[in-house]
Amino acid sequence: MAVVSANTTVMNNVEAVRATLYDALKSDERVCILGEDVGARGNVFLITKDFVGEFGERRIIDTPIAEASIVGIAVGMAMEGLRPVAEIQFADFIYPSFNQIVGEAAKIRYRSNGEYTCPMVIRTPYGGGVRGALSHSVSIEALFYHVPGLKIVAPSFPADVKGLLNTAIDDPDPVMFLEHKKTYRLIKGEVPNGHYTIPLGKANVLKEGTQLSVVSYGLYVHWALEAARQLEGEGISVEVIDLRSIRPMDKTAILQSVEKTRKLLIIHEDNKFGGIGAEISAMVAEEALFHLDAPIRRLCGPDVPAMGYALPLEEEFMSSPAEMADAMREMVKF
Amino acid sequence: MASTDTATGTLERHGLSDDQLRAIFRNMLLQRQLDNRGFQLNRQGKVPFALGSEGHEALQAGAAMAFNRGSDILAPYYRDLGLCLGIGLTAYEIMLSIFARAPDHNGGRQFPNHYSSKAAGLMSFSSILAAHLPHAVGAAYAIKYRGEKGRAVLATCGDGTTSEGEWHETMNFAAVHKLPFVMLVENNEWAISTPLEKQMAEPQIWKRAAGYGMPGRRFNGFDPIATFAAVKEAMDRAREGGGPTLIEGTCYRYLAHSTDDNDMTYRTREVVMERRKQDPVPAFEALLVEHGVLTAQDVAQMRKDVLRDTNEATDAAEAQPYPTPADLYLHVHEGAWQPWQS
Amino acid sequence: MKQSAERRAGSFERHGLTDEQLVAIFRTMLMQRTLENRGFQLNRQGKIPFASASEGHEAVQAGAAMAFARGKDILVPYYRDLGLALGIGVTPYEVLLSLFARAADHSAGRQFPHHYASRNLGLHTISSVIAAQLPHAVGAAYAMTYRGERGRAVLTTFGDGATSEGEWHESLNFAAVHKLPVVFLCENNEWAISTPLAKQMGQPDVHKRAAGYGMPGSVVDGMDPVACYAAVREAFERARSGGGPTLVEAKCYRFLAHTTDDDDRTYRSREEVERRRKEDPLPCFERLLVERTIVSAEAMAALKRSVLEEVNDATDRAEAMAYPLADDLYERVYAEAWRPWL
Repeated sequence: MAVVSANTTVMNNVEAVRATLYDALKSDERVCILGEDVGARGNVFLITKDFVGEFGERRIIDTPIAEASIVGIAVGMAMEGLRPVAEIQFADFIYPSFNQIVGEAAKIRYRSNGEYTCPMVIRTPYGGGVRGALSHSVSIEALFYHVPGLKIVAPSFPADVKGLLNTAIDDPDPVMFLEHKKTYRLIKGEVPNGHYTIPLGKANVLKEGTQLSVVSYGLYVHWALEAARQLEGEGISVEVIDLRSIRPMDKTAILQSVEKTRKLLIIHEDNKFGGIGAEISAMVAEEALFHLDAPIRRLCGPDVPAMGYALPLEEEFMSSPAEMADAMREMVKF
Repeated sequence: MASTDTATGTLERHGLSDDQLRAIFRNMLLQRQLDNRGFQLNRQGKVPFALGSEGHEALQAGAAMAFNRGSDILAPYYRDLGLCLGIGLTAYEIMLSIFARAPDHNGGRQFPNHYSSKAAGLMSFSSILAAHLPHAVGAAYAIKYRGEKGRAVLATCGDGTTSEGEWHETMNFAAVHKLPFVMLVENNEWAISTPLEKQMAEPQIWKRAAGYGMPGRRFNGFDPIATFAAVKEAMDRAREGGGPTLIEGTCYRYLAHSTDDNDMTYRTREVVMERRKQDPVPAFEALLVEHGVLTAQDVAQMRKDVLRDTNEATDAAEAQPYPTPADLYLHVHEGAWQPWQS
Repeated sequence: MKQSAERRAGSFERHGLTDEQLVAIFRTMLMQRTLENRGFQLNRQGKIPFASASEGHEAVQAGAAMAFARGKDILVPYYRDLGLALGIGVTPYEVLLSLFARAADHSAGRQFPHHYASRNLGLHTISSVIAAQLPHAVGAAYAMTYRGERGRAVLTTFGDGATSEGEWHESLNFAAVHKLPVVFLCENNEWAISTPLAKQMGQPDVHKRAAGYGMPGSVVDGMDPVACYAAVREAFERARSGGGPTLVEAKCYRFLAHTTDDDDRTYRSREEVERRRKEDPLPCFERLLVERTIVSAEAMAALKRSVLEEVNDATDRAEAMAYPLADDLYERVYAEAWRPWL
């Protein structure tokens, strides 16, 4: 971490998650972390490195390998006044805890008519491009964004990681905090010092443009931005929006942009059928159809169970900045 | 090592012939050689990932000798190279997996060490711990369902997996239905960085068997002959309709979890070196030489052969092509597939 | 099993319970049965769509509730725990509000009947999903340990059916590793809806699984409220004093069908149920109290009248309450007012 000014520090996304968790542990005794290998190992990406030495095993809990109970125990902690941050080591391992997330955490407030609440965070690294094969590469957001009672965040920049993770920990309800693992060390950025929060459901217009709106989140935000900047040299003006938050989602930002550019391209790594882009498309069709000058387009992962381990299989699954630029050009020409 | 009868000084071989003992040792040598090769290739930048089973050699080679090829089914986990070699996988197949080449059984889709072979009775498994165990019990149910005598399913897992709910559900169902099923726990004391005492309050996993109403026992997993005897006893019981058994082999994970792990962040070099004194490979070598099953010359020749096999397998596999991008879309379902049908 | 032999032989160990406490236990048992009958009546009258009952569980629940320290301990029950809920302070009126799904109900008519919750009483909100509550109980116990709160513990309950779930296993294991203040009370009524014990587990004694987790286990005659009190109190005392979790198994029986939607004649004989009815804890305990002159015959008659009157009164009051408004459907999804699109 390098301090570039008195007010900001340059971090990558791992450092941003770590620094935010560290501050939360320091400032709020109720915050504890539970998950696999979060103790002495300091998490497989070193996000909780040295935490157990400073905060002790009481607050940094190395769990047995049992994901259903990692989430379920966090639910009980949250119901009894703690602020647990449960970690699922890889998003691919989250399925055994589906019942505790969808059936329990999301419904505690509702089913008790507000007597009990479940203020907890479930952090998990997701996404591909890291040779993670079938079980260390998946995107899980579409499986959960259908569920009322959950909130889902997927930041792309270190400054957003900090502000949104602070919000997630403070939030009175369960929040899934999705960290794209390819961005962990790839993406660096200035992070304001001191405590701050970013509200959920607020997208960020990363680059303004007039001919096309591109909506994305996670790793692909960075690649879409790269493609859009490249197109500037060709005289093409693309607006790039980073959703940051998937549930709730920022309707205002999307509609304002689409009403200006009159064209919408949605890009995500998760597969297309029933994905986040489907909901955005439906919303824009309902709210702004007559502002559109071209059909909405989605550039998404293919409809296969996961990316394979062999390089050609992974490359075929992932979209590149060049593919994104091609899609943008076609949309603008339409 | 417990395999020498202390009274008579003879080798307690549990019916294993000299050839079988030699095959076990060769498996152990090949296992270690292939594991080393994976780590070397990773350091050379040729493969992005490797994972080793050092410390599990005796357990796996011994257990594999109790497996009936062409009849039994194996449902292993990802630290089971020796078992997979022992039931018939070749060094070349292992290297295809490490290099993720097109002729690999799963077409380069899976991580290294995630083998499968329908012909060998080796069930496909994922990286997700315990996820394979219900499948193993389902396979055992199918054997019983069809009234197939003399067949059984051997399922394996590490100590870490015993904490998963699916482990429990599997054990319970196997016991209720008295299925031809053997749960072999390779207890290496580490779930990545989590030591046994943070995983369970009772460190002897086999003691859970009574709670399920099935027999349980523990054996020294550094002793391939004792392992063979324990696994054979359990497999024979299963094959004869006597129901499932929980067996626990004690061993140790000498290496880090994988090439992506640094075990010095959570355990000391000294602890590992101390446990290295029990290394089953030199110990079994000494035992076989002592009892005249192998000469020192035989051992030297065997090491040479194993290295040659590994080198040849490496070269042959590396020369194979990757799968093509179009392969990504195959085998999602039977036939070609689109989520929107027209 | 503890005390049951003595009970049958005629001796009476009251485990420190006063006459008033013994009568309170009986009153809870009687209230439980009367309220449940009321639920079934209302269902047959077409006034409510659903009811379920815990007949046969009265002794274990009233006894266990007597060991619960109100204002301190936490109860994480399942849906067949009316007696426990009453025993820790839920009123008949609250139970009827739940049956009628009225706005004044703790869940405001959202949950099924008998899925109570009361933050004031330390009664966790109940899920219909089997074993889902167990990790919550363990998390609540962790929170107590975390804050260093002495003298508190969590009582969590479940039927025999729940012991087959993965979350059951994960919860017991974690509680044992961390020596958490939890009492796991299994109300073993031998039936998981239509599935008898023999099809649920390979051996019928749930408490025998405790050893595999490294925690004490005990078994008690679930038809004997005083023995149940003693067993649960012992486990509570261990938990509250830092001695860690205990698995207590109370052997009882489910006299009625699973719910008003179930017909148990499809899977068990009337003869079996009638034979087991002889163990019915209500007449047994009533006889004991009268024979030992803890309650006079007149006082017993008055007690029965008062219970019925209270239930009648609660029924009328609850029925007169308003349903929740349709708009309530949208409330309390999150802390703030909420739309998925902002």
